[in-house]
Amino acid sequence: MTGTELPLLAMAVPAVGAILIGVFGRWPNIRELITVLTSVTLLGVVLQILPLALADDFWSTTWTAEPLVLLEMLPGIPLTLKIEPLGMIYALIASSLWILNSLYSVGYMRGNKEKHQTRFYMCFALAIASVMGIAFSGNIFTLFVFYEALSVSTYPLVAHKGTPEAVRSARVYLGILVGTSVGLLLPAIIATYYFTGNLDFQPGGVFQEALANERIVGPAIGVLFFMYMYGIGKAALMPMHKWLPAAMVAPTPVSALLHAVAVVKAGVFSVVKVIIYIFGTTSLVSTGQGEWLIYVAGATIVIASCIALFQDNLKRRLAYSTVSQLSYITIAASLLSPLGYMAAAIHIAAHAFGKITLFFAAGSIYTAAHKTNISQLDGIGRKMPWTMGAFAIGSLSMIGVPPTAGFISKWYLLSGAWETGYTFVIVVVLLSTLLNAGYFLPIVWRAFFRAPPEETHHASMSHADGNFGDPHDHGHGHKDHGHDDHGDHGEAPLPIVFALTCTAAGTVLLFFFPDIALGLAEQIYRGLPLP
Amino acid sequence: MTELLGIYNYWIYVVLMMIGFYGVIAKKNLIKQAIALGLFQTGIFLFYISMAVVDGGTAPIWTTIGDGSIKALGPYDNPLPHVLILTAIVVSVSVLAVALAIIINIKWKYGTIEYDEITAMDRASGGGDDD
Amino acid sequence: MIDIQANLPALIVVIPLLGGVLATFTGRGILPWAWASLVTGATFALTLRMMATLLQSGAPYISYELGNWPRWWGIEYRVDLLNAFILLVVAGVGFITTLYARESVNDEIAKDRHHVFYAVWILAITGLLGITITGDAFNVYVLLEISSLTVYALIAMGKDRDRRALTASLRYLILGSVGASFILLGIGYLMMVTGTLNMEDMHNQLMRLANLDTNRTVLVAFAFLLVGLSIKMALYPLHMWLPKAYTYAPSAVSALLAATATKVGVYMAFRFLFGIFGVGFSFYAMPSHLILLAMASLGIVFSSLAAIRQNNAKSLLAYSSVGQIGYIVAGFSLANPDGVAGSIVHIFNHAVTKGGMFLALGAVAYRVGGTDISHLRGLAKRMPLTCGALALGGLGLIGMPLTAGFISKWYLVKGAMGSGMWGLVVVVLFGSLLALVYVWKLIEAMYFGEPTGRSAEAKEAPLSMLIPIWILVALSIYFGVDATFTGETATRAAAGLLGGTP
Repeated sequence: MTGTELPLLAMAVPAVGAILIGVFGRWPNIRELITVLTSVTLLGVVLQILPLALADDFWSTTWTAEPLVLLEMLPGIPLTLKIEPLGMIYALIASSLWILNSLYSVGYMRGNKEKHQTRFYMCFALAIASVMGIAFSGNIFTLFVFYEALSVSTYPLVAHKGTPEAVRSARVYLGILVGTSVGLLLPAIIATYYFTGNLDFQPGGVFQEALANERIVGPAIGVLFFMYMYGIGKAALMPMHKWLPAAMVAPTPVSALLHAVAVVKAGVFSVVKVIIYIFGTTSLVSTGQGEWLIYVAGATIVIASCIALFQDNLKRRLAYSTVSQLSYITIAASLLSPLGYMAAAIHIAAHAFGKITLFFAAGSIYTAAHKTNISQLDGIGRKMPWTMGAFAIGSLSMIGVPPTAGFISKWYLLSGAWETGYTFVIVVVLLSTLLNAGYFLPIVWRAFFRAPPEETHHASMSHADGNFGDPHDHGHGHKDHGHDDHGDHGEAPLPIVFALTCTAAGTVLLFFFPDIALGLAEQIYRGLPLP
Repeated sequence: MTELLGIYNYWIYVVLMMIGFYGVIAKKNLIKQAIALGLFQTGIFLFYISMAVVDGGTAPIWTTIGDGSIKALGPYDNPLPHVLILTAIVVSVSVLAVALAIIINIKWKYGTIEYDEITAMDRASGGGDDD
Repeated sequence: MIDIQANLPALIVVIPLLGGVLATFTGRGILPWAWASLVTGATFALTLRMMATLLQSGAPYISYELGNWPRWWGIEYRVDLLNAFILLVVAGVGFITTLYARESVNDEIAKDRHHVFYAVWILAITGLLGITITGDAFNVYVLLEISSLTVYALIAMGKDRDRRALTASLRYLILGSVGASFILLGIGYLMMVTGTLNMEDMHNQLMRLANLDTNRTVLVAFAFLLVGLSIKMALYPLHMWLPKAYTYAPSAVSALLAATATKVGVYMAFRFLFGIFGVGFSFYAMPSHLILLAMASLGIVFSSLAAIRQNNAKSLLAYSSVGQIGYIVAGFSLANPDGVAGSIVHIFNHAVTKGGMFLALGAVAYRVGGTDISHLRGLAKRMPLTCGALALGGLGLIGMPLTAGFISKWYLVKGAMGSGMWGLVVVVLFGSLLALVYVWKLIEAMYFGEPTGRSAEAKEAPLSMLIPIWILVALSIYFGVDATFTGETATRAAAGLLGGTP
């Protein structure tokens, strides 16, 4: 057994899970049990693949083995699945965080009495299946197919609430994502096929031969590179970032999924994958067409951070923080150096853990206290110590303070920038670190050190909200009473607190035990053709 | 001059067709439109018939001559376009029939066969869609 | 006993022709529908067998001379890969929509006219099949008129629901007859030059002309045919008849027309432009490819924009059809293998996708009583399967991967790149984005709207409607996931067309 069929299993598990969720939709307990079981099974499958990707002889055995052909979609262009270290990181993060996210979703969806929960869990599982397809795609065509599947399967999640505002935001979400991918990414892929006749991911890229025999010239590479980078709208490179804040109307578990696990990571993952395996370092360095990306990504980092500084809505601030953090990954990859690639790979993991913690915390505050704005958070840390503690850890990781995972990726990024001599990148990173601190630390300070506001106690809120146990008690009156009714609240339901504690712990653990992420990142490095 | 006049039936065919075409476009009365359509198609019949003509040709009649073989009496017109145009005439009549049937139904449903009035009524009933 | 195998090409036309005439004697009740299903089913089986025979024989084409008259005197039926494929589409969609028609026709057409409806219905399919199979230019005209006349009647039968069906039908009749007359004129001029009506002979004679590119008669023939065909295939801006005709026709008729009628128009264009005039004349000596490309591009953009403005889902889809014809025409005007293959693939893909969507709208009309966007609001809760079919079909129109529409777009874009027509690449992709907008108008209404009136208590469509709808939608998904059959057939057919054999 070579293990090449395992990626198919990784896709099949959530897909089958989605079907079972649909079948058992009428019984919430069974439905949610299936969700959790599916996510655990998926992690099991992905962990089976991990040793293959980490093996010393990976590039000479697993990589060279025949890829798994799902089906031949067009004559000569099959959908293939293949194990690859960068994809491995992505798959590992997505599958492990899905478990926590499922637990969290159960608490959140029940706590907030959301409607259409079956549709929610089904689409969630389908989105994860698409993520597995993206992570293990063997060629850019396969990646594109699952990329679009991910856009479509997450659309119902963003529009979940069905309010006019949600529908409008979901329209922006889908419009930008599909618009960029159909308008730029698809023609870029077809042009790549037209020029090279090859869409397979391979270290060193596919353009070498076409460049050598002058079927394609440098400026054309530049145009294609531009189309790829902006075509992957999920990477939220400015000015294609608008969908991210728009998608904030979604329920929080969805935001967490979009921002930390699946969608944005699909974007930057694709960016890194395209840079390394489609263009290849040599093609981009020799033609000098990739350099603009450093400056655009740098500008995105700084501008998005500045916007974040002025957002009062907590989720919107997190959204702009995500825009900025994603460009860390893009800028790292666009350094076109091995250290940069490693930084990108590790930051995919580091940001995932940190950001999901922050979103879980935001959702926890919403569920327990029904608060969405930062200005309302005075003193909330005293009532929700676990939530805000986790929030603090997540913030530190975003800023890049040890002992959190964010530090490691920032370290590699700075090393890469130093090595390649881009002072601009070093300046951007330092500046944005200050900005990050500027918009995250006040929240933490507010939560723990400011006095809570005068509490207005409503008679209607007679039931005690200070319990961990029965989630059904929460949410009574949420619809009826609106803001600030929850003057008297405690922590969020247990599944929520459990999930966010786990991810916060993960953020710290990733600092102390980064072996797997580093190992996979080094594996990418080893696969690159020698200069 | 003879080249132009010698093919006078082609001129007539074009003129007939254009009169018909004008009627189809310009007339607001549906019956007149249908008649114009018929005229338009009649022009084409003339075209087909004209193209079958052979100088000095007669009807394509073959007959047994003295030695028992079957031969044409002389040069004869190409019969194929005549046959074709018979079919086209049938088609044209059918088109006219269907058109009239629809117009009768329009008269029943709308109470008029004036294009302008019908358009005004459709607009008043409001389909909401525009061209 | 008739030898079915030997007379296969003739039977494909003769059986529905007789079946259609006999349908007028089927009386009332369920019998007319049952008879129509039987006839169209048998015809579909014959086209399947035709395709199998052709593929097995390995020959480039199968020729059949009606009444054993040699082809230069009599009428020749000729089946190659291209028209075997189109025959399959027409007969297949015809059969599926016939199955579907029962409930819909019961609902929309007065009980005492069902036998007439089905008679005309079968004859319309006969005409379309005949145009596709024949190798004789004049026969094309005759069968074209058979299909057109029956289609006018079918559209007019929508009058019981909405009297505007009558004006729509008359408008189509007048424009359609003018178009057909132009085609007749074009054929006449061609006959003057070549002295024959057989398509292959015509082509050979034309190729023998020394001054082909400057021969006035040939030029006039070409011009008449181009305009006539453009009307018949509803190429922008000669599409004016189409939107209202599709909107007010009975539901089943809309589906049949959208899936087959304009497609057969495109097929005629293939035969005349590629087969008779030849690629060299049609696309290089004449600037027609530029004209066609320009019209197609304008059509894609403007009719998609018009589709966005519509408040009736049926007319939205009708305008979308005009845009989709734009893709098909743009594809073949590139006159390169990928472009023509994309065009042929899209004929099939669009037929199943749009056919399925019109059928689904028919189910909506059956349950809710109308197809305005306001009727669709919130309908996904009441009719999940129908709305699901509409949504999946919509994704196909946008050209999402894993739907058939994506395959067409892939070929078209690749073909445009092959000819260096980067502008067309932009147009095709921009069209997809516009499609996203109008499809989302439907999806948002169905899934996030609040139902009112009859939509609030509508039931799911009956099984007899759902099955045909889902057959077509499933096909559009299947051939999006695995397009090797359609892709390869289209590529081979395109190679045949570009090789110049009629």
